[in-house]
Amino acid sequence: MKISIIYNVFIRDFRKQKKRITLTLVALVWGTISIMLLLGFGEGLHQQMTVNDKGLGEGIAIVWGGQTSIPYKGMGKGRRIRLHVDDMEYIKGRIPEVKEIGGQYDRWGVNLKYGDQVVSEHCVGLTPNYEHMRNLIPEQGGRMINNLDLKLKRRVVFLGDNIANRLLGEGDPVGEQILLNSVPFTIIGVMIPKLQNSSYGGMDENQVSIPLTTFKAIFGDLYLDNIVYQITDVNRNEEIEKKLYEVMGERYKFDPEDERALSVWDTVASKKEFDNIMFGIQIFMGIIGGLTLLIAGVGVANIMYVSIKERTREIGIKMAMGAKRSYILTQFLLEALLITFGGGVLGMAISYILTEGFKRIPIESDVLNMMGRPTISIEIGLLVIAILSIMGVVAGLFPAMRASSVNPVESLRYE
Amino acid sequence: MIKMKQVVKKYTTGKVEFTALKGIDLHIRKGELSAVMGPSGSGKSTLMNIIGCLDVPSSGAYTLEGRDVGQLTSNDLAEIRNKKIGFVFQAFNLLPYATAYENVEIPLLFAGAKAKQRKERVMELLSRVGLADKVANRPTEMSGGEMQRVAIARALANEPDVILADEPTGNLDSQSGGEIVKLFHELWESGKTIIIITHDSNIAGTAERIIKLKDGMIESNGTRPQ
Ligand SMILES: Nc1ncnc2c1ncn2[C@@H]1O[C@H](COP(=O)(O)OP(=O)(O)OP(=O)(O)O)[C@@H](O)[C@H]1O
Ligand SMILES: [Mg+2]
Repeated sequence: MKISIIYNVFIRDFRKQKKRITLTLVALVWGTISIMLLLGFGEGLHQQMTVNDKGLGEGIAIVWGGQTSIPYKGMGKGRRIRLHVDDMEYIKGRIPEVKEIGGQYDRWGVNLKYGDQVVSEHCVGLTPNYEHMRNLIPEQGGRMINNLDLKLKRRVVFLGDNIANRLLGEGDPVGEQILLNSVPFTIIGVMIPKLQNSSYGGMDENQVSIPLTTFKAIFGDLYLDNIVYQITDVNRNEEIEKKLYEVMGERYKFDPEDERALSVWDTVASKKEFDNIMFGIQIFMGIIGGLTLLIAGVGVANIMYVSIKERTREIGIKMAMGAKRSYILTQFLLEALLITFGGGVLGMAISYILTEGFKRIPIESDVLNMMGRPTISIEIGLLVIAILSIMGVVAGLFPAMRASSVNPVESLRYE
Repeated sequence: MIKMKQVVKKYTTGKVEFTALKGIDLHIRKGELSAVMGPSGSGKSTLMNIIGCLDVPSSGAYTLEGRDVGQLTSNDLAEIRNKKIGFVFQAFNLLPYATAYENVEIPLLFAGAKAKQRKERVMELLSRVGLADKVANRPTEMSGGEMQRVAIARALANEPDVILADEPTGNLDSQSGGEIVKLFHELWESGKTIIIITHDSNIAGTAERIIKLKDGMIESNGTRPQ
């Protein structure tokens, strides 16, 4: 009996007060949307920055030759230190923490010809493990340079996506022949497009890669341009770099303390720095998000409080007509729950549609690439809805409890 | 039916205490039509609210149909307001967003009446107060007299034994006021106990009995000679 009474009154009043409920709902939806979008864009930015940072490769260090700056064992300073192909084996043999090691020759202004198209590009000879160390991943249907290519000094070429597009246009370039400084090469693969926000020696999308051994045979370079290595434990990067100076110093007779004898770019160290910045940004976003949530919560609480406070007289009338306190409270609790929860879910749905719409904006722009795509997390969304709902319900129930606990005359007097 | 013994009502506003009723002894029998008169501020509404269980005395005893109201829970009081008493206010106190129909339906809803039964009863009540054609009107779409007739229909919804009216004609012109008074007389003739607060001695003159209040005390309490 009691449930049917509450149900009847609830349904009737709810239908009757569309305007008031709509207004409350709009405020709630707006609160939810603003906080969801803020958090969504923050998360998108975070993810995007992380993705961009992986363009170069993860946990790697790049080593170039240098010039000594400290006299050592009777030799003066200013001596050039150059890298050789067998340094790779040597370093790997002496430092067990080096998981992978590869090297590359490079040369600018190499002529590429396909049909009538001629371009002048950056060409590198490299080892196959660049595929994973440097994220030179082939598109479906193609491959990167492999060990057999290296052994047989094959004349095969792996192209960056941009140069492939410029030289060959649309269509599948794998298997096509191109002339590289008038020597015919077969294209074996094209790199999957990637975002890269840091580089050395040009962006990978414009790079022409051939096997290390083939490069040596054609161009006759004596020295490697650089060596890239990846370590087993990224936390020991500094210690391993120090070891590198020691073993290379032993081999080329320079002081291990001589920082200029080699030049090393340790991306792990910059990654750590980057992670700290990202962490800072996340904390910042968290604080902003929390404050926004608080503001939205206070707004919702205020709306619920006022909208139910305004109904004190209505409560008085119902009490005077024989409504029990529990009927009044249940009705208002249900109403507040439905409004806050409905507003939250609706706000989340709209936020989702907005962010999905934003993701599909077809403009290609560096700003958008950097900013990333807003991502709405369901867990955070539910948490936001829960917090807003609780604040709204408590704030709304408070005046309802007061109005229904006093004698009806007092509520009837309310203006 | 209604018995009061030394009923006192005190109000505190801030630090100031004010005694609105200073020991009321009153006995009203079943089926009586009484008028309550007295100057403004003499405690008429305060007394009526206590009789109607909308408020409780600060001290003293009030028994309604033999039950000591002071001993009842808030749910018991709600039940009494719903079934035993029909209250008509000077300010109508209709729900502004609800139609005449829906306003009359309120006490029936809280009594747990079935939908079909509610509908029949509301239509019967509205025709009885002459508003069968205004069922769908909201308070803003009705005249003062019509609103008060809706309020009377609402007061009658659960067939209460007692009808209390606090200046029911106070906001009405004399013609609509007259119609309302006529309604109360019809109800009285059908056996209800009726108490009306009024400033109008013409209206009071039609009652069986006039209770005069002054400064929170009963000044005269006699039954008018018939
Ligand atoms: N809630 C309240 N708080 C404080 N004082 C009150 C309260 N309600 C009534 N009073 C005081 O109690 C006294 C009696 O009020 P009451 O409303 O009963 O008068 P009344 O006889 O109905 O007057 P009127 O004819 O103007 O309606 C008044 O002096 C009023 O100021
Ligand atoms: Mg009064």
